[in-house]
Amino acid sequence: MKPAGGGHPPSPPQRRRFPWLSWLGFAGACLVPLLGLNAYHVEVLTSAGIFVLLALGLNLVVGFTGLLHLGYAAFFAIGAYTYGLLNLHWHVPFWGGLVPSAVVAGLCGVALGIPVMRVRGDYLAIVTLGFGEIVRLTFTNLEQWTGGPNGLLGIAHPVGWLPGRGWYDFGVDSLPYYYLVAAAVALVATACWRLADSRIGRAWMAIREDELAASCAGIPAVHLKLLAQGCGAAIAGVAGAIFAAKQGTITPDSFDFILSVMLLAMVVFGGLGSIVGVMVGALILGALPEVMRGLDQYRMLLFGVVMILMVRWRPQGLLGGPQIRRELTRG
Amino acid sequence: MTPFQVFLQQLANGLTIGSIYALIALGYTMVYGVIQLINFAHGEVFMVGAYVGLSACLWLGLEGVAPGGAMAWGFVGVVGASILGCALLGLAVERLAYRPLRRAPRLTALITAIGLSFFLQNAVMLVYGATDRRFPALVPSVRWNLGGATVTTLQLVIWAAAGLMMAGLQVLVMRTRLGKAMRATAQDPTACWLLGIPVDRIISVTFAIGSSLAAVGGVLFGLYYHTVNFHDGYLIGLKAFTAAVLGGIGNIPGAMVGGLLLGVLETLGAGYLSAQWKHVFAFVVLVVLLLFKPTGLLGERVADRA
Repeated sequence: MKPAGGGHPPSPPQRRRFPWLSWLGFAGACLVPLLGLNAYHVEVLTSAGIFVLLALGLNLVVGFTGLLHLGYAAFFAIGAYTYGLLNLHWHVPFWGGLVPSAVVAGLCGVALGIPVMRVRGDYLAIVTLGFGEIVRLTFTNLEQWTGGPNGLLGIAHPVGWLPGRGWYDFGVDSLPYYYLVAAAVALVATACWRLADSRIGRAWMAIREDELAASCAGIPAVHLKLLAQGCGAAIAGVAGAIFAAKQGTITPDSFDFILSVMLLAMVVFGGLGSIVGVMVGALILGALPEVMRGLDQYRMLLFGVVMILMVRWRPQGLLGGPQIRRELTRG
Repeated sequence: MTPFQVFLQQLANGLTIGSIYALIALGYTMVYGVIQLINFAHGEVFMVGAYVGLSACLWLGLEGVAPGGAMAWGFVGVVGASILGCALLGLAVERLAYRPLRRAPRLTALITAIGLSFFLQNAVMLVYGATDRRFPALVPSVRWNLGGATVTTLQLVIWAAAGLMMAGLQVLVMRTRLGKAMRATAQDPTACWLLGIPVDRIISVTFAIGSSLAAVGGVLFGLYYHTVNFHDGYLIGLKAFTAAVLGGIGNIPGAMVGGLLLGVLETLGAGYLSAQWKHVFAFVVLVVLLLFKPTGLLGERVADRA
């Protein structure tokens, strides 16, 4: 789309280069397992990839639109449970469950967005936090459907098809999931990049910078904020379906408040609004606890210290743009 | 028991846990009031307070102590040790983790807070173990009849302790020079700095006071539930935070009202509706209240921006 009028500043060069970076990154990611990594490394990368997916979705809400969301894990949970329940009750296969997971999570994102429209800033963060806890506790308490604290067991793995191999079950081996996650990340990252420079993306950023001014300029702020929350939640729904299919078992404990905060930390650390930054931030924070596995019981203790030191080193995030930096600094 | 007596009993129990919520909520609300920071590590400070109290009990040899003067002094000593430990922890947290980020984007402090939570939880787990630890009884277990409801001495002690701390805080904030400086810093740090108020020191003191209140909450929590676990800071901290928001974050009387109200609503909900959904009530109340009164019960406007 052509930039409208003369008032629109040229996009930062980093965004322009991004599709090539994206495809290069995807190609690179596909080659990584050939480097002689063992199954454990692939597993760690796959888990980190799911974090990347979630962080990208959260970035649409927090980074692009400026809505502070502290209950994002709820949509991840809704996606995971949607596929899990569809599969266990109606034997819906993974590829058929993916779209319903995204849709249900996305609708929940919009449904939550409607009542909280008039709540802003820190109070929005707190309402979403409350919502996140309500969802997790609801999944814990609705034992007759969700298995309660024990969660859902025996969710089917995806089925794939390869030339020469025919139909096969993904099973418990991490490698097929790694490619699945890499493809999902590439698609979502490209979509985010396309959105960022589109009319919608620019409107989101206008709302982030000054909602009143944006509304006065004719931007339908309410609709666009709902759209951002819906899109972000749908991405979390996809991530949830992949997670459920990969684990085969989901419990409500996997979707607690700590996960929501951790995802927000990834987005902030990577650089709010920066797609590449958010991906790198999520990879680092997602893989670090596993990389530090050798430290045994001191692992999470030192991980906490590392997080504190990292933000002291780069308070503005890894790739925070100057404009976002200015806006988020208190003054 | 008549239905009214049951109600009174629920009310008494709710006020007890509500007092503990209120003590912790004060720490959230004071720090938010002064520097608009949601200190998510505060729940862990509360948990550390409970464990420092436990250590003091063991060190003073109060395990199974007989009721009497030794027990009373032991209680005072344990609370004092816990306050001291948590105040120092609060000072260290502010100085080492939050102060370097004072000029950084607001959200970065969130990463620090979660890093701190991981650190404190795991530090306590490494020192005390991952299983529940029994908390010695420091208050004689006598039952009193209060208009049909049975109230233990411990509950009376919790109410008294929480009430004293809150009254003391109110006096400190409203009647002393320090309190005046704190209120001024909350309104406009730059102007305070220009007028010669040591803003950094005021912020440190705010953290220390908030942490001390959480320490008292921690010891009372340990006494009330008889066990402590390194995970306790998470849910109790989240509830206390909810209480602070319920009352209007940044508002000190609001935190007290919010804490008591949350405790009572939660207990009544568990008693009359469903015990299983007990934890959900707190958050449903929070969401519903904020939808109709987006600033909390007694609150004012807060930061609009993420």
